[in-house]
Amino acid sequence: MWWLSIWNGTEQVPGLRQIASSLYELSTNGVLLRHTVASLFRVTAGFYLAVALAVPLGLFLGRQARINRLVNPFVQFLRPISPLAWVPFAMLWFGIGDRPAFFIIFIAAFFPLLISSTTASASIHPIYFQVAANLHLTKWERIHRLVLPAGMPGIILALRVSLGISWMVVVAAEMIAVKSGLGYLIIDGRNALRLDFVIVAMLTIGTIGLLLDLCMTRLEKMEAVRWRLEHK
Amino acid sequence: MNTSKIRVDQVTVEYTKSNGRKWLSFGNHRKRKDGECRVVLHDINLRIEGGEFVSILGHSGCGKSTLLKIIAGFSRPAAGEVRIDGRKVDGPRPDHVFVFQEGALFPWLTIGENVAMALRSVADSKERLQQSREYLALVALEGVENDYPHMLSGGMRQRAEIARAMAARPDILFMDEPFSGLDHLTRLHLREEMLYLHIMLPQTTILFVTHDIDEALQLSNRLIILSEPPARVKCCRTIDVPHPRNPASDDLGELRAQIYHHLGVHTAL
Repeated sequence: MWWLSIWNGTEQVPGLRQIASSLYELSTNGVLLRHTVASLFRVTAGFYLAVALAVPLGLFLGRQARINRLVNPFVQFLRPISPLAWVPFAMLWFGIGDRPAFFIIFIAAFFPLLISSTTASASIHPIYFQVAANLHLTKWERIHRLVLPAGMPGIILALRVSLGISWMVVVAAEMIAVKSGLGYLIIDGRNALRLDFVIVAMLTIGTIGLLLDLCMTRLEKMEAVRWRLEHK
Repeated sequence: MNTSKIRVDQVTVEYTKSNGRKWLSFGNHRKRKDGECRVVLHDINLRIEGGEFVSILGHSGCGKSTLLKIIAGFSRPAAGEVRIDGRKVDGPRPDHVFVFQEGALFPWLTIGENVAMALRSVADSKERLQQSREYLALVALEGVENDYPHMLSGGMRQRAEIARAMAARPDILFMDEPFSGLDHLTRLHLREEMLYLHIMLPQTTILFVTHDIDEALQLSNRLIILSEPPARVKCCRTIDVPHPRNPASDDLGELRAQIYHHLGVHTAL
């Protein structure tokens, strides 16, 4: 029966029963937690670094059409290069350890964030800038009372998308150069022919991806950006 | 010398259609070298005194809004100049406040915070809140200072916008068809409130662009009618009927007929 083979597995593919017992084993002996924390740490570091650089730069470029016209070809040139293509350089520049992984995640999150925040600030209705000129907002007020809040809905959407990408890429980044993380668990499981470990890692990645996205959706419902949904 | 509050001298505006060759063009060099050119406003001359309520009427697309934006300093004429209090206008100023046709409240701020944006000179935040409430009360908006603009109706938003404009204590208030997107009844109410504001703050000069003839007749001291493009000042009328006015009354009836006539409508009355 088909359900029996799902339960017991076949020679190649582990069954549900074995996956469940491996999941139990890995979570009780702390291995899964350790790998998850390691991966989350890398994502957080690389992602924050990308946010800290890409969002301000994007908001700035969106308001400076002329500079953007110069910079944009470079961005569009670099953007389609897969973050994984940077792996050799990451290892060359940053050696072994966490830092090449940070770099790969940074690259993966940076371009979507940059492009979305550029669009977000470039598409602010000019009428708000006329009002700002009329109310004589200072440069600083113009940034934090106009550009930032007006761009916020777009930025949050970009954060959501690029956090997903970072989480996707961390696994790939951990397949090289490190000895921890869920990506490492997958590679290690593959090498040891423990497909049940691979599946446990995949399940964990999916679950955390879902949780991260739920957090980001929460962010979208904040008072500060709700206006976008209802604004005509 | 001339003591007019606002002097508009020989203002001409033309739109140049660029031929799309924008590559490496800086500044305005490209303008008028090639591409066709359409004159929008031609040789406009106006004198407006302090405290006047002047309505600018004309067909849609005749350049009324353009003229208003030039006087307010948001755009520049191709030729001619605008002087306010003898000083040449070179950009928007905090005491020359513009009320836009479409909603220009910051949607990410509450109504109270929006009005408070114009009160940034008030250092104390409590005092600022109190004052923004007062300005909102002036346009009959109470209890909505914590609401966001999208929660209000179009009429209430426009009221809030007028409150924000008044909070900036404008010397001149520019209004670009401020009521055109609203329903008839709301418009009538807002007209009354405008009148009330003008009586309360008689030193404020108001320039009001509209295509609603009754609105202009009911509110303004003076009407300026622009011709079809290239627009010139077609005629200028002073209205000295005391407020409150009924645009349908005999006092205004003849003037109203004349205006319709000027605007090329002969059968409406």
